[in-house]
Amino acid sequence: MKRVVITGAGTINPLGHDAASTFEAMKEGRSGIGALDIRDVDRLQIQIGGQVSGYDENAYFNRQQIALYDRFTQFTLLSARQAIEQAGLKFTGKLADRSGVVLGTSGGGLNTQDENYRVVYEEGKNRVHPFIVPKLMNNAAASHVSMEWNLRGPSFTVATACASSNHAMGQAFNMVRSGMAKVMVTGGSESMLCFGGIKAWEGLRVMSKDGCRPFSATRNGMVQGEGAGIFVFEEYEHAKARGADILCEVAGFAMSSDAADIVMPSKQGAARAIHGALKDGKIAKSKVGYINAHGTGTAANDKTECAAVADVFGAHADQLMISSTKSMHGHLIGGTGAVELFACIMALRKSVIAPTINYEEADPECALDVVPNEARDAEVDVVLSNAFAFGGLNAVLALRKV
Amino acid sequence: MSVQDKIIEIIAEQALLEPSDISLDDTLESLGVDSLALVESIFAIEEAFDISVPFNANDPTASDFDITSVKSIIRAVEKLVADQKT
Repeated sequence: MKRVVITGAGTINPLGHDAASTFEAMKEGRSGIGALDIRDVDRLQIQIGGQVSGYDENAYFNRQQIALYDRFTQFTLLSARQAIEQAGLKFTGKLADRSGVVLGTSGGGLNTQDENYRVVYEEGKNRVHPFIVPKLMNNAAASHVSMEWNLRGPSFTVATACASSNHAMGQAFNMVRSGMAKVMVTGGSESMLCFGGIKAWEGLRVMSKDGCRPFSATRNGMVQGEGAGIFVFEEYEHAKARGADILCEVAGFAMSSDAADIVMPSKQGAARAIHGALKDGKIAKSKVGYINAHGTGTAANDKTECAAVADVFGAHADQLMISSTKSMHGHLIGGTGAVELFACIMALRKSVIAPTINYEEADPECALDVVPNEARDAEVDVVLSNAFAFGGLNAVLALRKV
Repeated sequence: MSVQDKIIEIIAEQALLEPSDISLDDTLESLGVDSLALVESIFAIEEAFDISVPFNANDPTASDFDITSVKSIIRAVEKLVADQKT
């Protein structure tokens, strides 16, 4: 078994257009959630979200590229560029053949689909742009990353709703750990903030009209965000030999299925994934200092997640910190675990724990240290990142200081 | 069809029962209508009466829309129809 480390991290999300600005916002407890600026927003009941602001695709991509890159692909490519440049890797020869890209997304090119349906249904046109299919497909982002960086090994896209990124990073981790790959580019991306996307979520009636308040008794639902987080997972000896700056180690991973309900979370399923990640990484419970929660801000998730953490950790549950950064960037669905990994890296590298902002009132069913409203300075050696998807598919990663 | 009959029809469909099996004093729980079926029932009610029902699945008891029994749902819909049609 090889050891696996992270040597590059890139992102564009509602809090910032790179890792440094994202760390800064998380440290300050700044919110990236605001009024949605999208077409037909007046016909939506939910009019807030975590949009990537100040973003002009023309500043980064030419006309031909934009014809092929949906917004979720653009976010992926920009993040991958940051991550791979930070890692300082060139993919040629054998290394290219033994390096790949596994990404998570739930909606893929949903903006492209939405716009295209408008053209044929609303505007009644009978002809569409020739590249709709290669632009909207869920694997478009993974394919474009592999093309831009000559990653010629195992590459594909994982779709497990809100756990997509964590499942993707888990695959990348195991590929490097097993020796199947030397380097894997991994993470996830999502861009669902369009009329059809929000309208569909509205129907479930789990979205908040006024804000994301995880673990607070006053919480009333989730708020959606968009963006991407991309990482370079590299075999430890390979990274060490070339003198790479190692951000942290990926220490363990586990997944589980509730096999119970299509939307309601299960304490047992979540607990099995958390416990599994510890076991996989041979990590003692008492070593875990911080958990980046799934923490969606819905009534059901937050209490179930807290109960699962309490079950797994017993008395140590009261010693560790657990926060939901969704309170700041919103729920990035298939990209959420990737962006939330930045909070984990910040905890390990900078000894700063990102807060759960908008915390107003204690909920006895969420009686853990949720790092309310203000970031905290704390030394931690091991952190977990939880993701529990609709469909009952759970994926938990464990990271460790190197 | 009256508001009452239509709502009973909608709830019966979700509960996999005949409308005649449903009484006004039944609760959603006693009829086996779970949270997903409730959200679907509210959607069907909104479509049938062209109204907007204030309901957040995070806190079903938070709004004025009273879902304690079949009777309370009928009263609530009648009020929404009256309020929103004027």
